[in-house]
Amino acid sequence: MADQAPLICKDIHKTFAELEVLKGISLETRKGDVVSLIGSSGSGKSTFLRCINLLETPTSGDIIVHGDPIRFTNNRKGERIPADNKQVELIRAKLSMVFQGFNLWSHMTVLENIIEAPINVLKVPKKEAIERAEAYLNKVGIYERKDYYPAQMSGGQQQRAAIARALAMEPEVMLFDEPTSALDPELVGEVLKVMQSLAEEGRTMIVVTHEMAFAKDVSTQVLFLHQGVIEEQGTPQKVFDNPDSERMKQFLAPKF
Amino acid sequence: MFDLKGYGPALLNGAVVTVELAFLSLALALILGLIGAAAKLSNSRVAVGIATTYTTLIRGVPDLVMMLLFYYGGQVGVNMLSDYIWETYEVDFFFQFNPFISGVITIGLIFGAYMTETFRGAFLAVETGQIEAARAYGFSKWHTFRRVMVPQMLRHALPGIGNNWQVLLKTTALVSIIGLTDMVRVAEEAAKAERMPFHFFIPVAFVYLALTAGSELFIKWLDKRANVGVIQET
Repeated sequence: MADQAPLICKDIHKTFAELEVLKGISLETRKGDVVSLIGSSGSGKSTFLRCINLLETPTSGDIIVHGDPIRFTNNRKGERIPADNKQVELIRAKLSMVFQGFNLWSHMTVLENIIEAPINVLKVPKKEAIERAEAYLNKVGIYERKDYYPAQMSGGQQQRAAIARALAMEPEVMLFDEPTSALDPELVGEVLKVMQSLAEEGRTMIVVTHEMAFAKDVSTQVLFLHQGVIEEQGTPQKVFDNPDSERMKQFLAPKF
Repeated sequence: MFDLKGYGPALLNGAVVTVELAFLSLALALILGLIGAAAKLSNSRVAVGIATTYTTLIRGVPDLVMMLLFYYGGQVGVNMLSDYIWETYEVDFFFQFNPFISGVITIGLIFGAYMTETFRGAFLAVETGQIEAARAYGFSKWHTFRRVMVPQMLRHALPGIGNNWQVLLKTTALVSIIGLTDMVRVAEEAAKAERMPFHFFIPVAFVYLALTAGSELFIKWLDKRANVGVIQET
């Protein structure tokens, strides 16, 4: 069991109306993998991430979380939908997500944000959830802000709180959707540092990012997406230093 | 000046009836408004259709007409139903429509339609990211609704609720027309008997004013609480 892949995606396709955004993306992770998804805007990397936890339903393809394949069915219009909402909720609880816009619940304090899902979704007793939350707040370095509301903190602090919220679920895989793209440049570092320490602890992470240094130095696997297909895939050394794809070379080339 | 000629206790009772009527109607209106808004925002075409018919119908007919219709028509309806049940099942079922119940139902229905629109707008104002985060953390639909959508929606809905409440409070005066002895009805009788309209209607006006002013303060306080966690732009 210990060696079971935390997440496998097989041949994921996603079509919005007529537009095919993902044209068959596959990904297999081992425990402790840090997968960076890179590519220009519109390449489909965020859509792929959102398909993993079913915020978007893939048009075809399989998603297997820790040996548990997500079941699909068709609705009356013939669209593919998840067959079992309970299963989707359980799987989402194992794949916690960190958003570009933080998306902390604005009517709750930081601490309330972090204990909400563990108590109500994972059914952790309140006392334990609070202890857990405080430990993770310490870890991301904003323990003293636990009673603040999100709007009272800087973007970097909010994103670190959002990472603590994700950690408190003790997830199989953490999904990061451009976690530093909405931050002021001087705040990017504090968030990347936290993410790097998580990677070093051996947490399985999938990161959509524009931070090439992070992708190169921290990941174990890099996927370069272009127009809905994987153009280049492999270790960071391979993808960054010796890419086969012309597009990857162009993508890496200095812009000015 | 403030000798109420022995009508004091009756006026006070009338004021209590007014307040009870207003609160019960408000409760009904809030429930109908939440259901109506949830229906209008749902994916079900039937639910959207029913809710739209409801709001269009109610908002297009004068309050007074509706009240007369419910009071007189409602009783006729109950009588017909009662006859039918007796003839078919030989069960004795009867229900007397009194002015108070008709008033609560009518005002509740009318303001339920306005609340539906208030809540609908407020739900739409909740940022999608907030709901998406709830989904991404495995919340059920009901949990998302209760813990994220409703608390966030309230902030946007409160000003509208406050407005509706003030109009609702004043609309209760209409119920005197169908014979409910609320404050207005007592004052009307007293004014006629004593031929002193100012003497009785001015105190009534002040009671309404006191109630609306008091609720305005309360709504301000609620608004402050609901906006906790939101930076106030100055």
